[in-house]
Amino acid sequence: MTQSTSTDDLTGFVRPGQGAGLVDVVRRRYLLNLLVRKEVQVRYRGSVLGWLWSYVKPVTQFLVFFVALGVFLQLNGSIPNYPVYLFSGLIMVNLFSEAFSNGTRSLVDNAALIKKIYLPRELFPVSSTLVALVNFLPQVLVLGVVCIFVGWSPSIVQILGVLLGLVIIIVLAMGLSLLFGSVNVSFRDAQNFVELIVLVATWASPVLYQTALVAQVLPEWLMVIYQLNPLTAAVELLHAGFWLPTTNGAGQSPDGLLMYGLFALLISLAILAFGQFVFRKLERRFAQDL
Amino acid sequence: MQTRLAIIATSINKTFLLRHTHSLKESVIAALRRRPLTSSFNALEDVSFRIHEGESVALMGFNGSGKSTLLKLISGVLQPDRGEVLTRGRVAGLIEVGAGFHPDLSGRENIYLNAAILGMSQKEIDARFDDIVDFSEIAKFIDTEVKHYSSGMFLRLAFSVAIHTEVDILLVDEILSVGDEPFQRKCLAKIRELHAAGKTLVVVSHDLQMVADLCDRGILINKGHVVFDGESHEAVARMRAQE
Repeated sequence: MTQSTSTDDLTGFVRPGQGAGLVDVVRRRYLLNLLVRKEVQVRYRGSVLGWLWSYVKPVTQFLVFFVALGVFLQLNGSIPNYPVYLFSGLIMVNLFSEAFSNGTRSLVDNAALIKKIYLPRELFPVSSTLVALVNFLPQVLVLGVVCIFVGWSPSIVQILGVLLGLVIIIVLAMGLSLLFGSVNVSFRDAQNFVELIVLVATWASPVLYQTALVAQVLPEWLMVIYQLNPLTAAVELLHAGFWLPTTNGAGQSPDGLLMYGLFALLISLAILAFGQFVFRKLERRFAQDL
Repeated sequence: MQTRLAIIATSINKTFLLRHTHSLKESVIAALRRRPLTSSFNALEDVSFRIHEGESVALMGFNGSGKSTLLKLISGVLQPDRGEVLTRGRVAGLIEVGAGFHPDLSGRENIYLNAAILGMSQKEIDARFDDIVDFSEIAKFIDTEVKHYSSGMFLRLAFSVAIHTEVDILLVDEILSVGDEPFQRKCLAKIRELHAAGKTLVVVSHDLQMVADLCDRGILINKGHVVFDGESHEAVARMRAQE
């Protein structure tokens, strides 16, 4: 009954359950598309305000920070067009936070499916990131409209910079979701840890204050580390695209922003590669550990 | 003449590690106190078989014998610890149908979502959509949210999607116990039809008479070992003799 398989013609045979990782996600983009649409459709079902809820949060956050920092701490005076500055950074960090924390939980949330049917499991963190992006786009639209009202004249380079910042965030969030999401399957500590990271993220990048203030305090080597944070670069790129062109030359971007932007992209890609690597190592045990 | 092979399993072993800890803290404490972090359980040991294209095979055994684990290894949900499983062609499982259904989506949306989960492309789903709805006999409710379905309607739709998936190897787990009798008969007829069309079948069921009639070959598993591999009615006889 058990003959050696060496004499068989094995062409066309595959090992079930061993996919090509993120490449498979691209191959199954139709399913990815449906998963994203499902999530978007279902998230606020049964609530009266529906998708408005996803704007209540950033607007509330914006108002709190604006009143506390802009009015009370008087950043309004020292940073020109502070509301635009604040909002453009805030939506970027929110995109990251939402993509990262939902992506980390996505495998556990889809346990029922993962335990029963094989499909490229990377689909879940990736779709979380895309759902966050769907949520983010109207916020950019609002930002754009506000910018136009206060006099917005961006250059092509600045617009490309915004796109670069967006790519950095997406790649970074996907990479970290793969990493922490796969660890979260066995150790639910991961999702709590991620909440901490998200909490720190808003303050560890120049969302509420300007990079120049940090440079006055931090020693130079620490400043380099601060700027190597991909979030910092992404937030500054968004500032450069939206806020800077509204200030009539009163504001300025940190030196070497483009270089830090490209570094940030490289770091994010490295994190994505590492996340995928860890994910594939741990994936073998997903169905039995969930 | 022998047909081509469809599934090759070569001395597969599957051990489940049951972890006793669920957080880093517990793991560290357990390690410090030298308590075992895990205990293991051999679900399958040195299981080998070869299934040719177009064969219909029943996996038999009592509860806990490892047959569902075997099915999950073939579908790719689980990975063997040792040995190797190889498959040729598209594999789809009628394993706990409805796993990918979302209660807040309509029947129509769920058909598309689930068929895509089972590996179909948009074109394939479009082409089969009407067949799926007809088979499920719930055309009237297709745009109603699934949460308003009765459990019977839900199972009909879920089964209908799964059975219309484009496959070469069809895995069936206990599915035929669902639905009322006329629908069960219809499902069986559909499975026979797929078999007649040259699809490979691997079936797990506790309805021994039914699987023996449906399948030509039976693989009897006991406590993770293959104890018999041959004609299906004989496999049933052996299994009954085990009791």
